[in-house]
Amino acid sequence: MSEWETVIGLEVHTQLLTQSKLFSGAATAYGAEANTQACAVDLGFPGILPVLNEAAVEMAVKLGLSLNSEISHRSVFARKNYFYPDLPKGYQISQYELPVVGKGYLDVLLEDGTTQRVGITRAHLEEDAGKSLHDAIEGMSGIDLNRAGTPLLEIVSEPDLRSAKDAIAYLKTLHSLVVYLGICDGNMQEGSFRCDANVSVRRKGDPKLGTRAEIKNVNSFRFVEKAINYEVERQIAILEDGGKVIQETRLYDADKNETRSMRSKEEAHDYRYFPDPDLLPLHVSAEFIDHVRKNMPELPAQKKERFKSQYELNEYDATVLSSTRELADYYENTVKLSASSAKLVANWVMGELSGALNKNNLSISESKISAELLAGLMKRISDNTLSGKLAKTVFEHMWESGKDADTVIAEQGLQQVTDDSALIKIIEEIIAANPDQLQQYRSGKDKLFGFFVGQAMKVTGGKANPQQLNDLLKKYLQGG
Amino acid sequence: MALTEKDITKIAHLARLEIVEADIPVYTNNLINLLNLIAEMNAVDTNNIEPMAHPLDKPQRLRPDVISEQNLRDYFQKNAPLAEAGLYLVPKVIE
Repeated sequence: MSEWETVIGLEVHTQLLTQSKLFSGAATAYGAEANTQACAVDLGFPGILPVLNEAAVEMAVKLGLSLNSEISHRSVFARKNYFYPDLPKGYQISQYELPVVGKGYLDVLLEDGTTQRVGITRAHLEEDAGKSLHDAIEGMSGIDLNRAGTPLLEIVSEPDLRSAKDAIAYLKTLHSLVVYLGICDGNMQEGSFRCDANVSVRRKGDPKLGTRAEIKNVNSFRFVEKAINYEVERQIAILEDGGKVIQETRLYDADKNETRSMRSKEEAHDYRYFPDPDLLPLHVSAEFIDHVRKNMPELPAQKKERFKSQYELNEYDATVLSSTRELADYYENTVKLSASSAKLVANWVMGELSGALNKNNLSISESKISAELLAGLMKRISDNTLSGKLAKTVFEHMWESGKDADTVIAEQGLQQVTDDSALIKIIEEIIAANPDQLQQYRSGKDKLFGFFVGQAMKVTGGKANPQQLNDLLKKYLQGG
Repeated sequence: MALTEKDITKIAHLARLEIVEADIPVYTNNLINLLNLIAEMNAVDTNNIEPMAHPLDKPQRLRPDVISEQNLRDYFQKNAPLAEAGLYLVPKVIE
């Protein structure tokens, strides 16, 4: 199998976070009652005229700038013609020859730790179609046009990716970017971030690309990976049998883990694009681009570098903690509120907190322990009220009860014993009760030190400050 | 520019137009004439002229991102042949 090379290019449709639609003043909110957000423009009534939404243009420019792309000063909207009940006008307004965002690139951190620069071919604005519901009414298809006209930015990559894993790394990086930029909510279940994958294989070293199949609308990262892997195996099997791959659109079936040909779409591929006579060319001025540039939020790559210098985090920690805007904000808030070491907070956020979130299948925004509460816990570690081990117990109680660290410590009596005199008293008692062990220790059996530590921890219920206990024990065992 | 009757049938199908077979030669002729006219225009040297996407040589006006449309579903659905449970109904579409 190893003589084959996989070639993948991805087309991602991101739903833009505008209030109103791309060409009409109807609302775009998800989940509204069917057809209550579909106006005459969205329904394609005679005599209607589209008027372009400025916020959508701004968002496209924002993405373009963050992909290091050329922003077209002049771009053109075109009609893509096809017939489907969820497309009332009989055409989708899209961009064809002159998209608003031109060539650029995205740097992607791959699983093996290397960075790949993935070429971006283009990104263009277009309107979404409605939804067809096939099971709602017996024998009929029901059409909900709330989504019709919702602004989409289609981001097309070069065929630069060489494995399903790399494709997922690219998608996750792009996903994080559009969420950072605040131009897309990134919700894949609701279809805000959808992916089509163009997949082909060729013999290693062959400069010519193989015939590709396009896998449509896969709605989770895991399924994209599975769909690509299935498709690669399918194509290799065909070629090794001396067959030919047909250029076609295929649908991924998650239940069966296979891709299937969508024959019905074959002949519809003649879209007869032409410039939309209802829309004038879009002019994006240098001033407009400057205005957008000035209002750009910090991007993931910039944030990672800042985390490394400001918090002295290593590459790995900085990458993980800057991977999403929510996680980064949570981390920074905790550091600020706790006034604790940035590394300590990093360890807790990536360790205990992430573990608890994963275990309960929650996202950082759904965490049972807020940044403020975690900061309270960090303070008690920093001021030695808690040892690392006790802190984990406090964390568990906080997670269960929602109470703050100080309340949990007081209720459970979990504070560390750091009072010298209390510890000395305990040590003296232990030494008095174990004369044999003391004798052996003093005659050179160093290993017995652990025995005394164990005894002291037993008496204090694990609450003795370990460093302090060690120091005091050493002193008293040697006859101090 | 040559067009065959097969092309005409395909174009009509793509546009979902039903045409009578007897009319196909007429359409073929008309469209060939149109294409010849376009070919004549294409012969003009426009190398140094930036193409216009629209006869009004003006840029697109932009609209602020504001919700300005009310829910007029019931009104619009009076115009639909079939609607139920808020949905527009069409003959079953099977993928």
